[in-house]
Amino acid sequence: MGTLGIEIGIVAAMVAATVLSRFLPFWVFRGGRKTPPFVDFLGKTLPYATIGLLVIYCLKAPILSVKAQIAGGGNGGAAAWGLPELIAVAAVALLHKWKKNSLLSIGAGTVLYMVLVQVVFS
Amino acid sequence: MKERKTELEYAFPKTVPVMAGYLVLGAAYGILMADSGFGPVWSVAISIVVYAGSLQYLGVSLLATAVNPLYGFLMSFMLNARHLFYGISMLDKYRPVKRFKPYLIFGLTDETFSVLCAEEPPAEMDRDKVYFWVSFLDQCYWVLGTLLGAVLGSFLTFNTAGMDFALTALFVVIFVGQWEDRQGHPSALLGLTATAMCLLLFGQDNFIIPAMAVILLVLFAAYQRTRTGKGEMENGNIRN
Repeated sequence: MGTLGIEIGIVAAMVAATVLSRFLPFWVFRGGRKTPPFVDFLGKTLPYATIGLLVIYCLKAPILSVKAQIAGGGNGGAAAWGLPELIAVAAVALLHKWKKNSLLSIGAGTVLYMVLVQVVFS
Repeated sequence: MKERKTELEYAFPKTVPVMAGYLVLGAAYGILMADSGFGPVWSVAISIVVYAGSLQYLGVSLLATAVNPLYGFLMSFMLNARHLFYGISMLDKYRPVKRFKPYLIFGLTDETFSVLCAEEPPAEMDRDKVYFWVSFLDQCYWVLGTLLGAVLGSFLTFNTAGMDFALTALFVVIFVGQWEDRQGHPSALLGLTATAMCLLLFGQDNFIIPAMAVILLVLFAAYQRTRTGKGEMENGNIRN
């Protein structure tokens, strides 16, 4: 297989893995087949847990950085202690609780974070 | 009388937060691909047929190192396993869908899922169309971002460091919105704590699968309690 063949093969593998992971639940529980009660239960509880998982996933770098600071004595400065993320996440959460405007919360939070990492804690 | 909104007019504002994240992350992807020697044709085509953000980032290194496609498939499926969760969560919502269903399932990315899982279109609207427009607009942003990054990347002059925080902010906003619903609290806290603990234990390359396993196990235990002690839990409300 030449390089182009391998590259096309890799892209095909990525397509196959994505299609499989997205379609599998719909194939298994398709049509009239009743979803088991546990799957119904998951449908009502999982969306909350999944967003919690994604929040941590997005914050994995600062969380691990804080862990390294605690393990190593903590001389890395405010940014290594995750302060920019802590401030920006708190700002997004409070702003959203107050104004309930997704675009405002996300836009203002992102600009605040960019200022924090580029200027304040650079 | 107020003119009736079309499904597109209703769907578009819902996707604006995703637009911000996808244009930036899509552009970053286009830049990374160009940096590895894959031009706009490659990156745009992959954004159309693969359409999975974190997998595409992984794919840059898979392509650059020309790994065995079978190994590539296993890595990709591992990284994508969270989509099984999204599918299960969307079974009920997508069951009555008549049109566009294969595309809706194909387009169920993290962000599209997070918009649609909490979405209840008004009764007078065609739900299939609302779901379609949200899914399709999101992919348009992703593909457009990719194209912009691949073509214009080298001309960017302002400092974009920290711009990808838009995606973190998006998930925090959805989390805060879901927090309004009291009965989701135990599950939301489970998602946060199980994932954080797995991240600390297993490190950033291997924590997603264990975190999902822990979440599923705890939810299964909670489900068993509802069956043995009836009335303790209704509609996913876990009470202690």
